[in-house]
Amino acid sequence: MDIDLVTNILYAMIMTGTPLLLVALGEMVCEKSGVLNLGQEGMMLMGAVAGFIAMYHTDNHFIGFIAAILVGIAMSLLFAFIALNLNANQVAAGLALTIFGTGLSAFLGNDYEGKQIAVLPSLSIDALQSIPLIGKPLFGQNAIVYLSWILVIVVYLFFRYHRQGLSVRAVGEDPSVASNLGLPVMFIRYLSVIFGGAMAGLAGGYLSIAYTPMWTEGMVSGKGWIALTLVVFASWRIERIILGAYLFGFASIMHLVAQGLNWDVSSNLLAMMPYVATLVVLVMLSRDKQRLKLFEPMALGKPWHRSS
Amino acid sequence: MSNVKRLAMQGITKEYPGCKANDQVFLDIEHGEIHALLGENGAGKSTLMKMLYGVVKPDAGSIIWNGSPVSIDQPAIARGLGIGMVFQHFSLFETLTVTENIALVLGDQAGHLKTLAHRIKATSERYGMPLDPERRISSLSTGERQRVEIVRCLLLDLQLLILDEPTSVLTPQEVQDLFKTLKKLTKEGCSVLFISHKLHEVTELCDSATILRAGKVTGHCIPKNETSESIARMMVGDDIAISNECKRALGGDVFASIEGLSTQSIGQFDIALKNINLQVKQGEIVGIAGIAGNGQEELLKALSGEEIHRNSQAIKFAGQFVDQLSPLKRRRLGLAFVPEDRLGRGAVPDLDLCDNALLTSFDSGLVQNGFLKKSKIVQLADKIIKQYKVKTPGNHTSAASLSGGNLQKFIVGREIDQEPKFLLMSHPTWGVDIGAQVAIHDAILQLRDRGCAILIISEDLDELYKISDRLGAICDGSVSDFLVPEVLPLVKLGQWMAGDFGPSTEPKTATTAATKTVEIGATSHD
Amino acid sequence: MIKLTPRAQASAKWGYLSPVLAVFLTLIAATVLFWGLGKDPQLALYTFFISPIENWYGITELLVVAIPILLCAYGLALCYRASIWNIGAEGQLLLGAVVATTMALKFVDSDSLWAMPLVLLAGMVGGMLCSGISAFLNLRLNCNETLVTIMMNYIALNTLLWAVYGPLKDPSGYNFPESALFGDSSLLPILFEGTRLHFGLLLVILALVIVWVFMSKTFLGFQIKVLGLDKPAARMAGFKEKKLAAMVFLVSGALAGLAGAVIVTGSTGQLIPAISPGYGYSAIIVAFLGRLHPVGITLAGLLIALIFMGGEMSQMVLQLPRAITGILQGLILFFLLSCDVLIRYRIVFTVKLPGFTAAAKH
Repeated sequence: MDIDLVTNILYAMIMTGTPLLLVALGEMVCEKSGVLNLGQEGMMLMGAVAGFIAMYHTDNHFIGFIAAILVGIAMSLLFAFIALNLNANQVAAGLALTIFGTGLSAFLGNDYEGKQIAVLPSLSIDALQSIPLIGKPLFGQNAIVYLSWILVIVVYLFFRYHRQGLSVRAVGEDPSVASNLGLPVMFIRYLSVIFGGAMAGLAGGYLSIAYTPMWTEGMVSGKGWIALTLVVFASWRIERIILGAYLFGFASIMHLVAQGLNWDVSSNLLAMMPYVATLVVLVMLSRDKQRLKLFEPMALGKPWHRSS
Repeated sequence: MSNVKRLAMQGITKEYPGCKANDQVFLDIEHGEIHALLGENGAGKSTLMKMLYGVVKPDAGSIIWNGSPVSIDQPAIARGLGIGMVFQHFSLFETLTVTENIALVLGDQAGHLKTLAHRIKATSERYGMPLDPERRISSLSTGERQRVEIVRCLLLDLQLLILDEPTSVLTPQEVQDLFKTLKKLTKEGCSVLFISHKLHEVTELCDSATILRAGKVTGHCIPKNETSESIARMMVGDDIAISNECKRALGGDVFASIEGLSTQSIGQFDIALKNINLQVKQGEIVGIAGIAGNGQEELLKALSGEEIHRNSQAIKFAGQFVDQLSPLKRRRLGLAFVPEDRLGRGAVPDLDLCDNALLTSFDSGLVQNGFLKKSKIVQLADKIIKQYKVKTPGNHTSAASLSGGNLQKFIVGREIDQEPKFLLMSHPTWGVDIGAQVAIHDAILQLRDRGCAILIISEDLDELYKISDRLGAICDGSVSDFLVPEVLPLVKLGQWMAGDFGPSTEPKTATTAATKTVEIGATSHD
Repeated sequence: MIKLTPRAQASAKWGYLSPVLAVFLTLIAATVLFWGLGKDPQLALYTFFISPIENWYGITELLVVAIPILLCAYGLALCYRASIWNIGAEGQLLLGAVVATTMALKFVDSDSLWAMPLVLLAGMVGGMLCSGISAFLNLRLNCNETLVTIMMNYIALNTLLWAVYGPLKDPSGYNFPESALFGDSSLLPILFEGTRLHFGLLLVILALVIVWVFMSKTFLGFQIKVLGLDKPAARMAGFKEKKLAAMVFLVSGALAGLAGAVIVTGSTGQLIPAISPGYGYSAIIVAFLGRLHPVGITLAGLLIALIFMGGEMSQMVLQLPRAITGILQGLILFFLLSCDVLIRYRIVFTVKLPGFTAAAKH
């Protein structure tokens, strides 16, 4: 296998894994506070369409990403209101968010299908990019890829060293106790959900502005769901999300690998790979139910309402 | 200074849908005193304390703190005033360390975690309750967890410490240690509010007491000047019998026997059972005392079949190994089960009493060819309601809307109605008012006299001493010997509960009883 | 200020009223939406909700759309009653259609009476295959059922695409991604001359009755309800958790697979990539909106079918994107979840004025 092919595969793997990394990071923070938001797919789609539309009209990548993030946040607020204030079942509320986001994004993006926008330039670090094998994958990416790494480090440090990181974990373990102790449960959960929304929006924007770049209906095609698996895969540990995201990135570019190696396999079957990989990972992770429970935030997905 | 009270709660009223938890409650606490708040379960003690601590807001009334009126909307305000509270259910996060738990509450006062850890160590040792600040809560015993709670309060500038039923989770020895700590605290001027329903503890420890019944204050007293009976009257009112004497039974043939049952702990928080030997005879009640989390839940699940341990051959019902049998098959061999959590395990909260009657009674002719016989189900529900005097608007009321005591009567009634051969009960009267308690004990005793083997696991030592025919303890997955309560001194049981299963000391009671005990003890370990 | 206070007992009244209120709120939202898009709200509402079913043919078309949605939704309701978050009806439907097509293509030139039942059975087997895999992964290997079923949806979709582009492609079909047309023997008979309403309607009615009786009259139905409401209680009572769960998985898979078979044998007459515009996902909404009760589901299913038709209609008449269907479906679910708060909580409007507090309860 020649080295160029490997370099290109690594490069594509990181590019493809980045949106998964972003969403999974956001969802993990959200889940650490005890809230299960299954609406990632819907929030990503909305981020993607909003980012694309903003980019199309302003021709400014920065504005595109900001629009994607804001719309992601708006969607997450909708979820937070229904799941946290109105105490709805979080699974159902997340599903509703996905169904709504799928419909609304298709509606909004109807006139933008097939439109062209400027490609997000890569921010190559020339000196380092010439390192063989890993130079291009690590130092030839676009700004969002680097941003994703910075975010991972920031979130990691927050949970490791900041006292408010403790508060988020405490709220995710037992909101009633946290509330009895005077922690602002709702506030902490809202912030966590919003962070999840911002990340999903950004990830969606990345897909439509940086990755493809174009808008097609339903273009997220399950990445939001895969990200949910990723959080389980990482057993709620930040550092493991990176590994997982790129692993899934690799599964998603199997068609490139197949092309490079001249395999003759139906593209539809190759398109199945990320989903099959998700199932395989789920199976491997879930074998030991007790171990899984060890890492899961104890109050995850359970409605909570402050009694007064 | 002498006239200003530490705390005065005046005319506190709080109403919940369907019940008045507190009605015009007055409560005064002096500086440096230990004040008892006494009352039956459901008398409104916890609600009152939650209002004092800012968790719940009163509908009416005022709180005077050191002479000036205060409004406590949040726990943080209470803590700012110097009020610390140890809840009955600990407010600790299992996955965090001692230091992290305390840091969460202290907020900005916590400072750097390293210095905080030193402060925790110093304070805990000063008051005679040593703690390792780096340990995770999940690895601590119940007693140690309580220490974390108390130390957390002490790190504040504490003026009033509220303890909600603190002794119910402790062994008798640990209780004595706690009392020493509290007395030391009051010498330094701190006041303590001690919530309990155990009279002997109150008379031993407290300087004054306020008694609540059904949300109202029914008396103030100096416990040392009162008898247990006079305080009990204030707690339960005039119309209810306070205690009923129980006759002991010897029992017949062994029904359920456990020989050398050992399990492996599956999860991090589970306790492994270690070589458990235990027999329950027909027509006897065996009681197991123990602090929560010492393997009670695991033992119950092993017996009920909710947790099946592969390759195990240790449990027999009527001579037949049942280790590999499903809960359903064990029920069909005569098992009935009253679990600790009545809502969410003993009964389905959202279903009505008819459906909850069907829940475990489906083998009593309520199902035909897979179809439900609705009229029979209603009949059964009505029968249980009537026979066990369950207070409910009707048989179509949801289980969740019944009071704890009434629901427990219903569940006990449902299980007893199946005429089981072996009844397994966990905390049968936990959180139940005294009337229901007496009714439930009567029903259990009658069932015993009809020849049922009964195993009761409880933390309530008074209850176990009252109704057990043989009594022992569980600690860290092992069980002690079982003796007739009359020859088992509380101190001994306390040692057992703490895991000290040393040879039993010669009982001082009548020799006839003692010899009987030795025989019973011997059969249980064959 | 608005505050929620828990009710002592869940309100049965609001259990029924909440979906009605949700639909009403969705209509209001739709009106605002049309108005915001610069359409005459009255005309738009008429076009969307009335014009599709103004005549007999419209009504039969509504039923044609409702048939697969309802079949999926009855099955999902069983799962949701057991608190199994199966969202895989779409995949089960698609796989059912693929397997049914495989069978139907064996009968293209046959006039055997067995053809139709065998094709329908094949569809059910396909759906059960899909849900059976999910059940195995969920119950045996402890995988989260939501994630498993959604992944199975994508896998089933790609299987369908692979099939129509590969093994099931019509060899004489000019390379279009379509299977060959089915023979008459495997097509569902039409119920009324001049309409497209087919035999599937009777299957729906049969499923409605069976599911209804099963849920309300049998001990198995009771056990499923307990399992869904309270797992520890089901375990305590000795119910066989995994067997019950496997059963509802398989039944819902069979029903969704049947829906897929009914689409290819009743509506399209061949396998094409776009056999379902998300019926399996809509069925989730239908199950919730119908309060997991077969009769409620039937009404909800007709409403969602109407929204599908309204979307088509407004595209033709009002030049609005068809995606508006998805928005309205999402909105209904949002409003439903929001209104459901009234079942467990009382909304208390507290007016804080200096000096006194007034509380009005609703």
